[in-house]
Amino acid sequence: MNDSENILAIAQAWHEAGEHVAIATVTQTWGSSPRPAGSRMAVTKSGKIAGSVSGGCIEGAVANEALETLASRAGKMLDFGITDERAWEVGLACGGKVKVFVEPVI
Amino acid sequence: MKQSLLAALIAAQAERRAVSLALRLGDGAAFLLPGDPAPEAVIQEAADMRAADRTGTVEIGGESWFIESRNPPPRLILIGAVHISQPLVQIAAAMGFETIIVDPRRAFATDDRFPGTRLMTDWPDDALDQLRPDGRTAIVTLTHDPKLDDPALERALRSDAFYLGSLGSRKTHASRLQRLAEAGFDDTALARIHGPVGLDIAAVTAPEIALSIIAQIVAARRMPARRARAAA
Repeated sequence: MNDSENILAIAQAWHEAGEHVAIATVTQTWGSSPRPAGSRMAVTKSGKIAGSVSGGCIEGAVANEALETLASRAGKMLDFGITDERAWEVGLACGGKVKVFVEPVI
Repeated sequence: MKQSLLAALIAAQAERRAVSLALRLGDGAAFLLPGDPAPEAVIQEAADMRAADRTGTVEIGGESWFIESRNPPPRLILIGAVHISQPLVQIAAAMGFETIIVDPRRAFATDDRFPGTRLMTDWPDDALDQLRPDGRTAIVTLTHDPKLDDPALERALRSDAFYLGSLGSRKTHASRLQRLAEAGFDDTALARIHGPVGLDIAAVTAPEIALSIIAQIVAARRMPARRARAAA
């Protein structure tokens, strides 16, 4: 466990309550990215969010991508960092790089 | 993530079982280890990473794997159900520690004072024999009473606990070290005890002292990994 917040348990509770839930997991980091590998965020179609995958820089974009996996029902790897074209929209101000795996709970 | 895997991960955590989640990034296939039939090299790497409490992406057999180590929470054993123990339990919980309080004085160790915390009213040496502190355990003595603190420290010094701390002034600590030296512990052993306990943040109130203790425990837990990275 990386911290005291039990995101998987929250995701499970939401799923059991009938919510559509997606999970985002930091799988790799470079440089000064704020959250280590293993950090998680859970989101629901209804707009609930728990946990984080950065210092708040990319959560919005990750949440949107995670929710899209609810339709595709397949996991997807996201790259964020200063070399990424999306850096203009949702970059990491710290200059770090991070990979985030998003997937639906099915 | 399949609901069944999610449930299995949460069950392992509830039972304090150390497990790994191995995700093959090429196709998203997930394995719960030990147990699921992953390639042998992945099972081995996951076991090594679990032992080192590491999580990350590794290349195995030409494929990328995300391997997450899910160890049970570290433990904090407090000797003394004293005033400082109350904020200490709360801050330790926020840091992800499971706290156990040991105090044979039943007036102190009450559920009223420590709701939801595991309390043991055994003598500290008996309690530590039962709890068997390991390399993921921190022990702090808080009673100032040699009758309670000393037997705990003697047991703690013979354990692999990653952190030992003892509340008390410099003078109290000096006489404590002298007693333990007379009991046969050498300087290397005694140097493991942080005393006076806590980082020096000029703490005054009980919550501030608790904060200084937890900060020192976090440093003891995390600093070795940073030193290893710096050396690499």
